[in-house]
Amino acid sequence: MSGASKIPAIVTEVVEVNSLIKRFRFVREDGGPMPGFSGGSHTVVEMEDDGRRRLNAYSLMSDPADRSGYEISVRRDDGGRGGSMFMHARVKPGMRMQISQPVNLFGLDLRAKKHLMIAGGIGITPFIAQMAQLDGLGGRFELHYAARDRELGAYMNELSARYGERVHRYYDTEGQAIDLPTLLKGQPLGTHLYVCGPKGMINWVLSTAQKQGWPKGALHSEEFLAPPVGEAFQVDLALSGVTVNVGATQSMLEAIEAAGIDAPYLCRGGACGQCECKVREAEGELLHYDHWLSDEQKEARSHIMPCVSRFKGSRLVIEL
Amino acid sequence: MSLDDAFKDPFFRDESFFGKYTYKNSPAAIKRFPFPFPEDDYMYSVNMEPHVSGRPGSVFEHAFDVDEHYVSEMRDRARVLADDPLRCQSLPHMTLAGWDLLELIMESFARDYPQWFELHKDGNKWHWINRPLGIDDKFTFLDESTLPYGPMEYITRQAQGDFTLQDQREDNLWIEAGMVTSQADWSLDFDIGMSFHEWHAPVPLAGKMGVFDRALKFLLQLQHGAPVRRFNWTMTVDPLLDTSPENYHKWGPSKTTLSAENIGQRQHLRVELQTLFRLPRSNAIAFPIRCYLISFEDLVSQPKWARRLHRVIKNLPDELATYKGFIRNRPLMIEYLSQFDDGAPTSPGWWADE
Repeated sequence: MSGASKIPAIVTEVVEVNSLIKRFRFVREDGGPMPGFSGGSHTVVEMEDDGRRRLNAYSLMSDPADRSGYEISVRRDDGGRGGSMFMHARVKPGMRMQISQPVNLFGLDLRAKKHLMIAGGIGITPFIAQMAQLDGLGGRFELHYAARDRELGAYMNELSARYGERVHRYYDTEGQAIDLPTLLKGQPLGTHLYVCGPKGMINWVLSTAQKQGWPKGALHSEEFLAPPVGEAFQVDLALSGVTVNVGATQSMLEAIEAAGIDAPYLCRGGACGQCECKVREAEGELLHYDHWLSDEQKEARSHIMPCVSRFKGSRLVIEL
Repeated sequence: MSLDDAFKDPFFRDESFFGKYTYKNSPAAIKRFPFPFPEDDYMYSVNMEPHVSGRPGSVFEHAFDVDEHYVSEMRDRARVLADDPLRCQSLPHMTLAGWDLLELIMESFARDYPQWFELHKDGNKWHWINRPLGIDDKFTFLDESTLPYGPMEYITRQAQGDFTLQDQREDNLWIEAGMVTSQADWSLDFDIGMSFHEWHAPVPLAGKMGVFDRALKFLLQLQHGAPVRRFNWTMTVDPLLDTSPENYHKWGPSKTTLSAENIGQRQHLRVELQTLFRLPRSNAIAFPIRCYLISFEDLVSQPKWARRLHRVIKNLPDELATYKGFIRNRPLMIEYLSQFDDGAPTSPGWWADE
């Protein structure tokens, strides 16, 4: 593991927001204040799931000015590897859990004259913290938030009540959609665009903005990748001298940790670069799922990100 | 409140870093001097380690070291700022990072030096007491109108060392605020707004070695709650904190006045303890650069340091001696230091031998 100490926390609230989403509140076990954080940060929550350790990153959605606790929202993924299922089924008020110090890979650019935010579904959570922070700083922002239907549009009413006309809501089932080309054309110079949601939405928003000539530095996106499920494989750790078996629903990083190797990580979602490993030998196919490695690195088969990426073949040796 | 009203603690020396140069290290300060060479030779490296609390009494004991030069250094900073206000600049979007820095320093000082500093909080209503400088202020956290300066300037007028604040965006760091009055010949006014590789461009050799690529990658992932530190060093004639490019015409020529007779008193090893902290609300990185000066005469009172400094200076690549600005006086330094090097082996690490 890397760097900073963990925060021993107690779950004080579990709220069923709708049929798919639950909200969790954590306070420090020692009763002290949580570290301040910047809107867009996430924390990594450690789960002890019957002897299996799971670590999932969730965006902090509470007001960054409120140091009494942290809140996250978790969408249940019935086809996933089990982290969100654990949070929904097993985490109850009073439970002790470890969470990481906040890390921000989706920060606000405070130079922006205006912050234009586009959220899809559970992608709303980092924006809730960012809007609270901007509201306190007197920053100008506008949110466009799309959800499948009224029931699944978590926090829509609360956000409208808090920020009024700065919040624009869209429901797929009612045939409402963001008129993105018009929206982007109408923005004042110096606007920064932020998008968080499903992969398709992120690609759509970024490519539309690029086509309109938005500068790259004004575009911000965050997509947390859940490590994909795949076939089991074996990896040799050259420096530790250990061979690790990676199960089908386990990530390579999780399997390495389960073998007692202290590997570096931060986001566990293929975005931050912390767990990057050199590949020494690979007889087979490296299955890259991260956002971190460059195309050249992927083509050269020189590096791999154990947090999300996998392997298919007869022999893989990495420098760890 | 004026510095003349300062409460008197004999711990703090009354000394000057210009003119008659009355700056001096007490015997205790010599013993705790952060000698930066763990080995008998030196080359660039990223050389970062966790900034955790170290040996009691050492400069690593606390997150920020407040030493016997504190009051006089703060007086020197006020003097430099009065002559050149551009030594302190903060681009508009960096104000929040300034508040983060103010909180970090106030909380650290009050926790680590309760005899000198107190911080009382009632929500955002804060009360700050700095006894050595005679400051007693009530203000509202995050409300600039309640402080006599911006938050970064306010707190760095009360903290030793230079400070820069780096914004993080586009996978890079941008130097966009700072308080720089005790620098080793670089200019905030020139560098402000630059990216990581731009402001390091003048450093020889290290770029080719990939040091900056690796350092940037490391820093982009710096975590809140896990600060790191490293040393840097150079040479300065006379204990002058403000060796700035802006004032080079005033101090540069002093290098030509060094002689075998005065080098022991006038030549100083200048050590920077550089620390890096991820700031919570702004996600910026604070970079305190704390300068320590020791005369050769005082340094050679520690036999291990005398031997090692002689070897380091003798073997340093010319590019580095040129960049650090002492190639001209290197032969004189080697001659002086050689008297104290009997060729005996030195113990590992940088601590003075007991």
